[in-house]
Amino acid sequence: MASQEILRGEPSRGSFINDPRIRSLFFQTLVVILLFSSIWWIVHNVIENLQRLHIASGFGFLKSRAGFDISDTPITYTSDSTYFRALVVGLLNTIIIAVAGIVLATVVGFLIGIGRLSQNWLIRKICTVYVEVFRNIPPLLVIFFWYSGVLAVLPPPRESIHLPFGSFLNQRGFYLPRVVWGDGSWLIGVALLLAIAMAWFVAHRARQRQLATGQQFPVFWTSVALIIGLPVLAFLLGGMPLTFDFPKQSTFNLTGGFWIKPEFLSLLLALSFYTAAFIAEIVRAGIRGVSKGQTEAAAALGLRSGPILRLVVIPQAMRIVIPPLTSQYLNLTKNSSLAIAIGYPDLTATAGTVLNQTGQAVEGVFIMMIAYLVLSLVTSFVMNIVNARMALVER
Amino acid sequence: MQVREWALKWELHSQRKKIKRRLAAGAPVTEKGLWVMKHIAIGILGAAALGFMASAASAGTLDTVKQKGFLQCGVSTGLAGFSAPDDKGDWKGIDADFCRAVAAAVFGDASKVKFTPLSAKERFTALQSGEIDILSRNTTWTSNRDSALGLDFVGVTYYDGQGFMINAKKLPGVNSALQLSGAAVCVQSGTTTELNLADYFKKNKMEYNPVVFEKLEEVNAAYDAGRCDAYTTDQSGLYGIRLTLSSPADHVVLPEIISKEPLGPAVRQGDDQWAHIARWTYFALLNAEEAGVTQANVEEMKTSTDPNIQRLLGTEPDGKYGADLGLSNDWVVNIVKAVGNYGEMFERNVGSGSPLKIARGINALWTKGGLQYGPPIR
Repeated sequence: MASQEILRGEPSRGSFINDPRIRSLFFQTLVVILLFSSIWWIVHNVIENLQRLHIASGFGFLKSRAGFDISDTPITYTSDSTYFRALVVGLLNTIIIAVAGIVLATVVGFLIGIGRLSQNWLIRKICTVYVEVFRNIPPLLVIFFWYSGVLAVLPPPRESIHLPFGSFLNQRGFYLPRVVWGDGSWLIGVALLLAIAMAWFVAHRARQRQLATGQQFPVFWTSVALIIGLPVLAFLLGGMPLTFDFPKQSTFNLTGGFWIKPEFLSLLLALSFYTAAFIAEIVRAGIRGVSKGQTEAAAALGLRSGPILRLVVIPQAMRIVIPPLTSQYLNLTKNSSLAIAIGYPDLTATAGTVLNQTGQAVEGVFIMMIAYLVLSLVTSFVMNIVNARMALVER
Repeated sequence: MQVREWALKWELHSQRKKIKRRLAAGAPVTEKGLWVMKHIAIGILGAAALGFMASAASAGTLDTVKQKGFLQCGVSTGLAGFSAPDDKGDWKGIDADFCRAVAAAVFGDASKVKFTPLSAKERFTALQSGEIDILSRNTTWTSNRDSALGLDFVGVTYYDGQGFMINAKKLPGVNSALQLSGAAVCVQSGTTTELNLADYFKKNKMEYNPVVFEKLEEVNAAYDAGRCDAYTTDQSGLYGIRLTLSSPADHVVLPEIISKEPLGPAVRQGDDQWAHIARWTYFALLNAEEAGVTQANVEEMKTSTDPNIQRLLGTEPDGKYGADLGLSNDWVVNIVKAVGNYGEMFERNVGSGSPLKIARGINALWTKGGLQYGPPIR
């Protein structure tokens, strides 16, 4: 009886020390005070120490002339540009490697992940070995493997390996012919956009028709024909305005054409093959996560294995796959800072050089932290949108 | 102010741990993974150290060093002739010997020095944050480093200039840097070299493709593997690096010198006493050579009646030149006993007594037509 009374009774009003609301308020205030005073203490100490050590501070240095050159510059940059522009070049390089790496890692990861569930013994085992090997090697070693183990042993520029279509491969990188857009080549771009719009329209109509009548339409092949056919037609009609700039041998290197440097290539291959191993596991877990009854039910309805995978399994698997996939994308972006080991001018490398040339260590590290934070937040934001859309499909 | 004391203790504790770790790892940090972590850690720790460093820690460097019992000296990660570990892990070279000379002046014992290998990029943060007491790492003296970076250069232990090296076997017919238009050039990041390179090619309206690495070993490996056509750094460095390549005879250093590179040790700005000790250690090495005091004859010289030598070696009655600097009066004796005079140090590390065989050139004493000139000790 008595114990039941106590259980049902209202919170004791005896002492405010025992009042849970006041307690929680007290501890929250304490945490806020501690947090802010430690932040204040750190900032105060930084300022005081910088003054004591006679180190100039502030962000004014961003407007001065950089004076050093960068090997990969997606935007115009010379040694006369400012430190700020050098940092932007570094950031763009990081974004390029992150985006390219994410795309490649996703493609490879999905293939390997699905391969691990294959009925074929050989494919299944090869994919398992791939995952176990790449997942268990530190990414830095993989980068060195590609850079010093694979690309550095290629022949020197004067003995380049000739590949089809006028491309070359040597220890200085991979040289491809570059497309030079002539007069009237805008027509090709317009045709491509038009083709994409038409393909989308066809898909939309085919879906409506299937819902109304049950009849199917070969959407995929129609789209392929449109997207390839229209630009080719425009190319022929426009009087073939495209020419190619082929790489040529000069005194030291090959010049002309489109040049992919070994630093970029090894970083891209290493990061995406490393992350792909994790993505493969995520994909496998996602597909395994869809109950077998779903597949059997779809089969019972008469669907073949292709449509079962495409229409039943994958949409449900994506729901499980996307959240951990976001973490992998973030990891890849942050791992790209390992670029410094092989001299690819990403944000860490460029900011490091700026930091060293100006001596502004605090500001340099601060800029780097903010840049990586923003990049990660943007990635998360985009992936959250994708996730929200997938969640709706599932209902 | 207890918080500050606590922070100071924490700082000392982590320093000690860091030193132990470094020692345990052996002299050069060769493991790739370790250095990337270290690189990132130094950047962030350097910034964080500025935040956590107790601002009351204004005791002079000399007192701190004496209290610790050893000198923490920042050197390169391995540049033959300047600072490089030998096969026993002992640091050899002019820069390493300079630190030994300072340790000899302070403690009377040249072995009381610990070396911290630093990349070009880490070196200034390490000095600013107090991780090292002196930076003796083939570093070029510039106005910006002397002012905005909070450093104080103490002298020029080696007058150098930037040059280029190419593989003559692969590139026959190239005998001038002006023929390098279009070349891929290997260079270390965060150096004056990187800036001079950009200026030189711009001035001569030539194009080039920079291949930039953070660590010297990586630049060496990339050049050796043929990733670049030319290698640029200080000429003394090029001669040293050439020896480490797979076939040194194939490589030639081109004649052009494109910059002035006065290399010397630096200390933190704002501690005059410590800067004086470092500066006068350097001058003492020069004065010893000028007076003919060598490692071999320094004991005999103590009985010399030449007032100039008496002042130098602290044997002058009532002389207290060492004590005025905060050292013992026989400080120069200790220095010369430990590393010899400047000339001996030069010949042993980069000159005729070394595989580099670099001539004294402009690094000869002023009495022999060079630039090395030590103000008098009196």
